[in-house]
Amino acid sequence: MRLRAAPLLPGTGHLLYSLTMEIDKQSSGGRDGDGTDPPSRITFRLDSASGVPTYLQLVHQVEQALRLGYLAQGDQLPRVKDVVGALAINPNTVLKAYRELEHRGIAAGRPGQGTFVEAAPEVVPLAQMTELRRSLLGWLRAADSAGLDTDGMAALFSIALRDFHERRAGTGAPRGGQQDRPGETSRTA
Amino acid sequence: MNTIEAAALGKRYWATWALRDCTLAIPAGQVAALVGPNGAGKTTLMQLAVGLISPTAGRVTVLGGLPAGSAEALKRVAFVAQDVPLYKHLPVEDMVHVARNLNHGGRWDQPRATNRLAALNIPLRRKIGKLSVGQQAQVALTIALARRPEFLVLDEPLAPLDPLARHEFLASVMETVAEDGLSVLFSSHVLPELERVADYLVVLANGHVQIAGDTDALLASHQILTGPTTLAGALRAPFTAVHEQRGQAQAHILARRTGPVVPPPDGWQAHPVTLNELVLGFLREPGVSASPGPAPLDSNVVTGVTS
Repeated sequence: MRLRAAPLLPGTGHLLYSLTMEIDKQSSGGRDGDGTDPPSRITFRLDSASGVPTYLQLVHQVEQALRLGYLAQGDQLPRVKDVVGALAINPNTVLKAYRELEHRGIAAGRPGQGTFVEAAPEVVPLAQMTELRRSLLGWLRAADSAGLDTDGMAALFSIALRDFHERRAGTGAPRGGQQDRPGETSRTA
Repeated sequence: MNTIEAAALGKRYWATWALRDCTLAIPAGQVAALVGPNGAGKTTLMQLAVGLISPTAGRVTVLGGLPAGSAEALKRVAFVAQDVPLYKHLPVEDMVHVARNLNHGGRWDQPRATNRLAALNIPLRRKIGKLSVGQQAQVALTIALARRPEFLVLDEPLAPLDPLARHEFLASVMETVAEDGLSVLFSSHVLPELERVADYLVVLANGHVQIAGDTDALLASHQILTGPTTLAGALRAPFTAVHEQRGQAQAHILARRTGPVVPPPDGWQAHPVTLNELVLGFLREPGVSASPGPAPLDSNVVTGVTS
């Protein structure tokens, strides 16, 4: 909204910009924005019992929103300050999530503006998905006839999944209950 | 630059060391959490850092080398004490006015104070004592933030607050961190919140630093090892046990690993540790210290971990 104002009124752009900045500041204490900015396309929620690190939960939710069509190319991701205000989490966590989305080629930061959706994640073609599902069902039947119950299968699957990720990540440390190993995400102090 | 740097810092009250041999360096821009049981020295460390008391031994500086309590440091550091020191009989606006006059030498930001109070719907004419505990905490925070500090020190800010007030208080602090790049040091008993906000963790026990470091790095260097109790005593380098839970057959060990990632020893399964488990593990073993320097206060205490 701020950025739209400047080209509409050439000459007064700068003034308007600083004016809206002021409004922006005033609303900063409010939890859900006070109507000066359009609400973001999506909001985040945290599942503290999931064991998945907070930044990865944010990454997954953006990916999921893309798959479900809540987000499309060019959409702005929630601003860091808004996420922090809504979830009471460390801003570095949000920055880390957005860096990870950039690393995955899903989002890109625009200096001074925010982070925007760059591309949808690659969706596995339906036919391939069906095939993968079929082979998994085959595995489940084999596990069932070997006497494994549902919990046993789930345990075996998650152990195998962790092995897979650890092997793929090479020497990466498993930490914080993290399931997928992102491209390294160093924290900026 | 470090927000706070302590070297062999100590404070003695009569015969008792409230804090001893505390060596610490917290990088700037971090939200650092200080945890430890009551009487561990948290408040002492914070009061030393903001210059409310002076050390018996060692030294402490803030914001890249400013002596704690120096005029320059006082201008740039804000502190909210545990008991939220506000004049209870004053209306909110008068309290803010008093704070403004007391801080005239600094960089008081009146619009910031006014805007924050308006955004939080805190009635300006109401007496502080008539506000809810959460609102009182927010007024204290507003006054601290109106000084535009670079380093904010909060002693047990969350303890008296209900879950919603706690959430809103932390959200306010984190928003300011996002806006200003403010560095924060806060003490807390509220573990689940730590996980969400802390970049840096300091665990104190019996007046000394048990462990301190970047939370991600600490989580990466600690694991829960699960295996047969018969092998529990045979854990070798690079793994050292911090805390053990032994059953007759199976044992869980919170283990610290020095050096690069290696697979767990034979017979053990490794699980990632949560910040909660990590902190609890150390709190249960006050004699274990993983930070360099200070020797345990009591030499009889077995030190299971050395760095």
